[in-house]
Amino acid sequence: MQDDFDTGRRWHDMGGLPGGSIDRAQHDFALWEKRVDALVILCGNKGLFSVDGLRRALEDMGPQAFEELTYYERWVSACAQNLVECGVITLDELNARMNEVAARGATYGEAQGHGEGGAS
Amino acid sequence: MPHDHDDHDHAHGHHHHGLSPSGHPYRPDDDTALSRFQVMEIALRELLIEKGIATAPEIMAQVERMDARSPALGARVVARAWTDPAFKARLLADGSAACREMSIEVDALKLVVVENTPQVHNVVVCTLCSCYPRNLLGLPPDWYKARAYRSRVVREPRAVLAEFGTHLPDDVRVQVHDSTADMRYLVLPARPAGTDGWSAERLAELVGRDAMIGVTLARAPEEPAPA
Repeated sequence: MQDDFDTGRRWHDMGGLPGGSIDRAQHDFALWEKRVDALVILCGNKGLFSVDGLRRALEDMGPQAFEELTYYERWVSACAQNLVECGVITLDELNARMNEVAARGATYGEAQGHGEGGAS
Repeated sequence: MPHDHDDHDHAHGHHHHGLSPSGHPYRPDDDTALSRFQVMEIALRELLIEKGIATAPEIMAQVERMDARSPALGARVVARAWTDPAFKARLLADGSAACREMSIEVDALKLVVVENTPQVHNVVVCTLCSCYPRNLLGLPPDWYKARAYRSRVVREPRAVLAEFGTHLPDDVRVQVHDSTADMRYLVLPARPAGTDGWSAERLAELVGRDAMIGVTLARAPEEPAPA
């Protein structure tokens, strides 16, 4: 559903609308997804943006993003949006670093740089 | 997506690039084509570290902290409530404080525990997004965050419960609780019959994630344990 400007009901306000059967297939979270979750929680703990800020960015992405992107794809985008808005990073910085990261390799394993942490 | 459990025994204790801190193998995201969103995650993480806002060990620790959250925590709370009436009273009065007694930190969230009785069955949803008692149950299942559950469970809860194999008598009232960012609900399922004298540890094995969301009941002792 789209935002309804007559009723003020926005697309994410899904309660009570018709829906299909429930797909109970479960996927295990990937490391990058867990890291997105961790970044969002830590940014919240550090007072950079609140869960409301995250929600607002998610809701502004609209219904198409909800249908087409995965959960943590939306979360990482909303996290980036909030960090730019609160002035912690600039869009230029983010774009430059993303280009740099993408140039490191063709897989997540190759592209992940420092901050990898791990047991070693 | 497959999660290769076969490697666990070999994996533990080894310091290997392909292993998560818990010693479990990472899933195949390490060796599939790099996505724009994975790139964004790496970029954001690096920038936050370079700017001194977060450290790499801190981020790793938060990942581990969430990995350690699982429905087993919620099950411990439920089993304690079944076996300790005074605790149950405290849990229903102030869920966050009662969990803290058991050293389970629910952070800033207000935890509201709702009890199933012979008259009332409770179900939890977040119609607006994906709010969930993550500190007690871990991260929510995919279906909890999806449109079908969020939209339908408030309108036709019995039909939704039936899809989970849960059929309630007509005279049981179904209450659906819509979570918010600041308030999370946990269902206290009814203690199954035939468990008199059981220890809390044994009882906890009957309490699955879905029972604490309210889409199923606690497992009866005669039912087989889930695989």
